[in-house]
Amino acid sequence: MITCAEAVRQLWEYLDGVVGETDREAIEEHLSFCRRCCGELDFAEELRSFLAQPDEPALPPDVKARLLATLTELEGPP
Amino acid sequence: MGVLPGQGVVCADEPTAAVASGESGFHALAERELPRLYRLARRLVGDDAEDAVQDALLKGYRAYASLDDEVAAPAWLTAILVNCCRDRGRAKGRRVEETELEDADEFSLYRKIAAEDPFPYSDSLHLDFLHQFGREDVRAVLAELPELYRLPLVLCYCEGYQVKEIAYLLEVPLGTMLARLHRGRKLFERTLWDYAERHGLLKENATR
Repeated sequence: MITCAEAVRQLWEYLDGVVGETDREAIEEHLSFCRRCCGELDFAEELRSFLAQPDEPALPPDVKARLLATLTELEGPP
Repeated sequence: MGVLPGQGVVCADEPTAAVASGESGFHALAERELPRLYRLARRLVGDDAEDAVQDALLKGYRAYASLDDEVAAPAWLTAILVNCCRDRGRAKGRRVEETELEDADEFSLYRKIAAEDPFPYSDSLHLDFLHQFGREDVRAVLAELPELYRLPLVLCYCEGYQVKEIAYLLEVPLGTMLARLHRGRKLFERTLWDYAERHGLLKENATR
């Protein structure tokens, strides 16, 4: 049996799939009866999808041109 | 050895293919990979992305002749870029006090939201809290984190790299990386709450 604190501490690692078999079973056993930790688990999943939202803009044409010009300069005259 | 997100660690200790060395090979590789590298650099170092990619192109160009596995070339260039981003982040990143870390280790955003109850009329309090944050806000919160914790967090949860891949990219043991990710998540939770307080997002009628 593990405590809520021990379960919560490992929730993200549980979701990341990096806890060992014994720890995974202990967490799942705890979640089977602890409603508050299930709430923590749901929230951890929400936070993960929140972080995974696509965000950054595509490569702007002027930046691309400058970076390729750097390369061409490095390569010297053909 | 090299990595791309979620594809596992690729070992290239034994040369598997002779890479056509020379300028044109690297130029073609760089041109193909630029959009992906730039997007990753934006996530890792924000407005310094162009400079970080430029650093990576310079380093990659010089080292390209010694690359002996063409298949691993994109992952190889990614590793170079992540290191360039780390160097830039180190130079600019804020230092974090030990007391702040200990404080964050004890923090639970889930419990904080439940205890403070910022939206008393809500029946989905925790989701409503997250919905107050626009993309700019999330970017700003991530930017507030020290580089030591921000890079693993972004690589893992924004970019989908596996923990062992990140440990390889950032050249630290797996156990150290797990500990950094744990602290990084806690600091992120703490910073989300502080940011929401500072920017008036904890109001029932806050509109986004």
